[in-house]
Amino acid sequence: MAEETFLSDEFVRKLTAVGEVDILVAVPTFNNRNTIEQVVNAVQLGLVKYFPRERIVLINPDGGSKDGTPEAIRNSSTPDFRTVLSSAPLRTIHRITTTYGSVDGRSTAWRIIMAAADLLRARACAVVSPDIESITPEWIEALVRPVYKEQFDLVTPIYHRHKYDGLLVNNIIAPAIRAVYGVNVREPVGSELGFSGRLACHYLEQEVWHEEFVRARTEIWMTTRAIADGFRLCQAFLGPKVHAQETSTQNIVTAIREALGTLLRCMENQQAYWLSRTEPPQMAPVFGLEYSSGLEPRRINRKKMLEMFHNGVSQLTPILESILSPETLGQVKWISQQNEKQFQFPDELWVKTIYEFAASYHHSVINREHLLQALTPIYRGRICSVVLENQRAGAEQIEKRREALFQEYERQRPLLVEKWARKA
Amino acid sequence: MGQLILNTLSQTLGNFFSALALFLPHVLSMLVIIAAGFLVALVLKVMVRRVFGIASFRKYCDSAGLTQLMRKAALPPPVDLLGQIIFWVVWIVFIVLGIDALGISALREQISRFFMFLPQIFVAMVVLFIGLLIANFFSRATLLAATNANYPSARLLSTLVRLIIIIFFVTMALEQIGLGRRVVLIAFSIAFGAMMMGTAIAFGLGGRDVARQILEKQFLQQEESDEKDEEISPL
Repeated sequence: MAEETFLSDEFVRKLTAVGEVDILVAVPTFNNRNTIEQVVNAVQLGLVKYFPRERIVLINPDGGSKDGTPEAIRNSSTPDFRTVLSSAPLRTIHRITTTYGSVDGRSTAWRIIMAAADLLRARACAVVSPDIESITPEWIEALVRPVYKEQFDLVTPIYHRHKYDGLLVNNIIAPAIRAVYGVNVREPVGSELGFSGRLACHYLEQEVWHEEFVRARTEIWMTTRAIADGFRLCQAFLGPKVHAQETSTQNIVTAIREALGTLLRCMENQQAYWLSRTEPPQMAPVFGLEYSSGLEPRRINRKKMLEMFHNGVSQLTPILESILSPETLGQVKWISQQNEKQFQFPDELWVKTIYEFAASYHHSVINREHLLQALTPIYRGRICSVVLENQRAGAEQIEKRREALFQEYERQRPLLVEKWARKA
Repeated sequence: MGQLILNTLSQTLGNFFSALALFLPHVLSMLVIIAAGFLVALVLKVMVRRVFGIASFRKYCDSAGLTQLMRKAALPPPVDLLGQIIFWVVWIVFIVLGIDALGISALREQISRFFMFLPQIFVAMVVLFIGLLIANFFSRATLLAATNANYPSARLLSTLVRLIIIIFFVTMALEQIGLGRRVVLIAFSIAFGAMMMGTAIAFGLGGRDVARQILEKQFLQQEESDEKDEEISPL
């Protein structure tokens, strides 16, 4: 399995020299010279502090950085643990870097990590982003311990986020996964993950690595695959997530296409599992103490969002007619006529819209890329409504509203099943 | 004199009736062939629908994306279309055979030319079908991209894209069947040139402000949008 062409000979030689390990931590990189040392130091500190007796390897699959990122990892000095820790490392932490130039990008990095875990027979693995400024040694413990000590197979992160961050995750991806797959995963798109060696082998055996949807959002595929195949899943609270390079400017159209597109393809591939599921949703256990703190207010251009919703619905009506039922489209058009003061996009209509989009995607009523793009203006309308509702809401109120939305997704699940199964 | 006229008339009438007597069986044969052709075409259409109408074939069309393809080109489902094509092809062949049964030499020549022409008509129809699909795809892509980028007149832009592509493919189809090759080519060149020139003049003179706005929006809006609504991270 490990002797695949995506592993270079040199990399395999280095892995063989290391032998077996207990824990594998990976930091996939691409031009992250500015932050990589901080991340590697935090990872090493976490490993020495919480797993001083374990055999450990640090893997760095690099996508062909031009700024010397792999060199920075290779040459980074081992931190002086005595200044920050009472314990000293009992074993050497091996550091292995490999470069890949595949067009598959992210998914190749994931495959390299899985193959390394398989070759080294790692019991627990963790992957962290190379550009996280807020990473602490505790993240490593949070991601590795549930696998290493509690026999979980997959650990997904929970971040402390601003109430307006991750709205696509909170309004579509996470509630849809809970309603469809029956497991509550708060951050199915999180880039920090912990997983067991046996789950890594299982992922490696799947023949989907060259598929576009796996390349786009590997994390969503990993999460849903693990649930569908009966692996044990939990969540770990990591605290705030601050990227060195602000990713908030990510284009909404691209984000919807990648995240929702991946989820819908996963639902198609795994429909045998979720269409027959009857038991009520379960909460994935959460490790770590969750806390909330005040966050500075943000200026949101609601007027522009609302205007784009109005224009989008009016311009795209001929396309939306082939995706949504006349009743749903009528309601969406009606709320798109409301002004900012009256404006509200109710949960019930939002969930119905998403489920109808999902069923239309499944039946390919129009080109799938176009279908996902057609959701963008409606998503803007929903986000505008969420922003208006939560302007003065505290953490508790937001959590209540989130839970209400999740329950609405579950309540309307039979509608999705019916429309999904119905012939086009 | 009167007798001469009467003789001429009776001879003409005699000739006419003898010609009619000779021609009528041909006409009747033609009508019988056309009617029989209609019945054969109808039976074949029903048979095709029955044979290909089975669930497995429909499912195959669905899974191969053929049904969606037809729907996208605003055409009926594959089985219905196949039935229609079989009906018309068979009936037209019988009609042509019926006309041939009349035994008129000038018509015979036209009929043989018609049969020579059929493959070109078929190719032209395929070209038009592909053109419709492409026009539909690109006009929808334009509409979505323009709407999501908040461009004004997104629908106008998408209609223009559709029109240009359809004109292009209609020109290709007409050229394929050899209909006024030069005229079509010249007309297309003039129309396309005029459209481009009109657009250039409209932007250059009438729509200077709009052009400036669009360019500003394209190149300067990035920072502005980063400051405002894009503060919200979707993931």
